Amino acid sequence: MRNLLRFIIRYNFFFLFLLLETLAILLTVSNQYYHQTFFLNSANRISSGIYQTYNRIGSYFQLRTIHDHLLEENVKLISQRKENYIITDQDVFIAEDTLFQRRFSYMHASVINNSVNRRNNYLTLNKGRMHGIKPDMGVITATGVVGIVKQVSERFSVVMSLLHSDMMVSTKISHNNHIGSLIWEGRDYRKTHMMYIPPHVELMTGDTIVTSGFSTIFPENIFIGTINNWEIRRGENYYTAIIDLALDFNNLTHVYVVKNLLKEEQENLEEFALPDI
Amino acid sequence: MPVVYIRYFLLSAILILAQILVLNNIWLSGYFNPQLYVMAILILPLFLPGWVLLASAFFLGLIIDMFTDSLAIHAAATVFMAFCRPAVIRLVLGKTYDNETEIPSFAAFGGLSLVIYVVLMVFLHHTVLFFMEIFRLNEFGQTLGRIILNSALTSLFVIILFALFERNFRK
Repeated sequence: MRNLLRFIIRYNFFFLFLLLETLAILLTVSNQYYHQTFFLNSANRISSGIYQTYNRIGSYFQLRTIHDHLLEENVKLISQRKENYIITDQDVFIAEDTLFQRRFSYMHASVINNSVNRRNNYLTLNKGRMHGIKPDMGVITATGVVGIVKQVSERFSVVMSLLHSDMMVSTKISHNNHIGSLIWEGRDYRKTHMMYIPPHVELMTGDTIVTSGFSTIFPENIFIGTINNWEIRRGENYYTAIIDLALDFNNLTHVYVVKNLLKEEQENLEEFALPDI
Repeated sequence: MPVVYIRYFLLSAILILAQILVLNNIWLSGYFNPQLYVMAILILPLFLPGWVLLASAFFLGLIIDMFTDSLAIHAAATVFMAFCRPAVIRLVLGKTYDNETEIPSFAAFGGLSLVIYVVLMVFLHHTVLFFMEIFRLNEFGQTLGRIILNSALTSLFVIILFALFERNFRK
């Protein structure tokens, strides 16, 4: 026992290295999965505080761009108002409110930390649990899908960006409804890949890609991007299409968080009907 | 002696803030992300006990991890780098190595030795960092490219900083 202790003390540099390295790798591996709230994320008090101060200063320099975006969106919304339309049909309509039940509701949040240059990118939002944000909610903007909420704290939340190796979004080609999976393979934050398109589907440059609405996270028909090129990779039976993302992740400032009001019902049913999955 | 430690703390704090607020926002072609904060370990004095070196590397890495949502990959990389430091120093300085050349600098190491020391250490750090980040081997070529390009950029920044400090010390 004393010999062992002496051995450890003599080589303490090596053993301490082993201990700390193991600890770091354990922290990395055990937190790779969802929902494991831990201090190692930018939603904790110190880092989110520093980022928010920094963001408050930085956001002044982007006011003009944000202003332009808001104007654009306002124009779009104003053009949808009822006063802009005249009724051409003389039939009587019956307003039956119960025909429509709200499925998705939205809330806005601003991005206080963002990256596009790593292989796995995350964003931090300035809203959290007390604003009603929960893990697994979708995050979108007016021009595309941003990501999925991964962790929340009281006032902040961390979003796994579309630019992440574990991210997979169910998408479809808008005009013929064929589905595929959106996966980011790194390198260019303006481009992503759509996998598993059957080879009999006719693809065209410029085809619009939208969300399929099959997951419980994103609503259907949210614009993602357009097809740039496609190929059948060696050893695969499917087309892999290169997609030009419509959303520029580099200047992301404001996003919408999507809440699916019927998510629990759908998931409970699916869990009941498909017990193996 | 405590004054020296306070200076180290301040320098580390400045490096960490520069890393998270400035350098992590540098996106040259979505590929480069220099990790300047490793300099906080590179300039530690040579006579420092091993356990202090490893512990400070671990906490430095953890602090960066807290800000970048990167689990504990920076901690793993800095600890590995700190572990390799004595061997790298022995390699670079050869048999003339003694504790008198206390703090790594151009004057203490000589120009070429310091450059080799910085490049080697940064390369070791980035190798662990980028492979931990992707955590798989099937994008080997791309990851290797990232490691080499980022190592070059980080080393350049660190060497420039060393040169700047050198000037200040002489005054």
